Amino acid sequence: MALISKKDAALIKDPLLDNNPITIQVLGICSALAITAELKASIVMSVSVLFVLGLGNVVISLMRNIIPSKIRIIVQLIVVATLVIIVDLVLKAFAYELSKTLSVFVGLIITNCIIMGRFEAFALGNGPWRSFLDGIGNAVGYGVILIAVGFFRELLGSGTLLGFKVLGDPIEKTGLYAFGYENNGFMLLSPMALIVVGIIIWIQRTKNKSLIEEN
Amino acid sequence: MSDVIEIHMEHIELFFKSIFIDNMVFATFLGMCSYLAVSKKVSTAVGLGAAVIFVLAVTVPLNWLLDQYILQDGALSWLGEDYAQYDLSFLSFIMFIATIATMVQLVEIIVEKFSPSLYNSLGIFLPLIAVNCAILGGSLFMQSREIPSLGLALTYGVGSGIGWFLAILAIAAIREKIRYSSVPPALRGLGITFIITGLMAIGFMSFGGMLTGGDEKKDEPKIEEAKIDVQKELNKEDDAKIVADNTNLNNN
Repeated sequence: MALISKKDAALIKDPLLDNNPITIQVLGICSALAITAELKASIVMSVSVLFVLGLGNVVISLMRNIIPSKIRIIVQLIVVATLVIIVDLVLKAFAYELSKTLSVFVGLIITNCIIMGRFEAFALGNGPWRSFLDGIGNAVGYGVILIAVGFFRELLGSGTLLGFKVLGDPIEKTGLYAFGYENNGFMLLSPMALIVVGIIIWIQRTKNKSLIEEN
Repeated sequence: MSDVIEIHMEHIELFFKSIFIDNMVFATFLGMCSYLAVSKKVSTAVGLGAAVIFVLAVTVPLNWLLDQYILQDGALSWLGEDYAQYDLSFLSFIMFIATIATMVQLVEIIVEKFSPSLYNSLGIFLPLIAVNCAILGGSLFMQSREIPSLGLALTYGVGSGIGWFLAILAIAAIREKIRYSSVPPALRGLGITFIITGLMAIGFMSFGGMLTGGDEKKDEPKIEEAKIDVQKELNKEDDAKIVADNTNLNNN
């Protein structure tokens, strides 16, 4: 017997494209946009969400039969907040500079709608293993978009990837800059994050017509 | 007398800054989820926007008090000398979100009891708000920007709430109208909303110079630089402290 059955594999695969948390379910936009000016920050953010969502889904799923439904929101918030504090402290200990860049957005993972959404929609009604897979799938779907946006914004905005000058040196005019290429500083400003996500949504819906909304 | 005017100026400046320059939606992307989901009709957008102003006005000052008297480094010193060394700031996420969730529940009960008509218009949005990033974001920014007094915290809460309200009102009005134009099919709905929000954010960036213009403000950048330097120094000290702590731990 395979470790992951076909039905379970769909839990991971669906959120990557056809049911992507950001472009289709419209969840978790807040943090997705603010920190994507650099690729590194987007990667760290994706990993943090992967950790919180994967583990949080398991914890909620294990407790699903003992949580009174009236206070479930508060219970869920406490579980997420605890996990996020762990992430925050780990970041402060091992990547202090980066945790300064992410500033309040690590804390805002708590109110990231993807997490509450998955708790409500999935973990409260399914076993721990399936919840874990669902959490991982959704977090990866979120991470893919985050990393794509971060990739284009850093590449076009500052000509670097993860801090490496992949397009040459803008001051010494090497690489692409020798041909008169200029960085588009506008990509680093916050409004461009929205427009880049808008374009990703556009491309995705052109490829898959069934996703198109009626106004 | 001039002191009074200065205090007023401080409030007014923070108020307009939090509405236009640091607009929750356009500058920091907070509360985007509900901003996108509940902006199809102007009337519902107004309801949610009003609820956000209300809850921010209550929770930001409350969390300010929590931060000042319980969470900050040395904030517990009012309990006595022995408590002055505690730094509980790592608990701020959990405390803030618990306060917000409880306050939202409480506000819902109170409004339902005393003003059924307000409850009917706001009520359904209140539970949604507990998990709105704008609310927690308001408190976290209040903490990280080190807002100095309770009054300013209230001003900041109300101002950011109004900024959010304006944003959702504007996008809802645009979305109602855009139904009559022919948008490329793949962009319909979500895609075009993103792009419009991006364009509006570019528009809002022009407010950036609003409070830095004028003669008396010419020396402001210097103050800010000095602040940043102080911050850097503090950070360095923090780093040194952390390193020292770690080595102590290791030695023990």
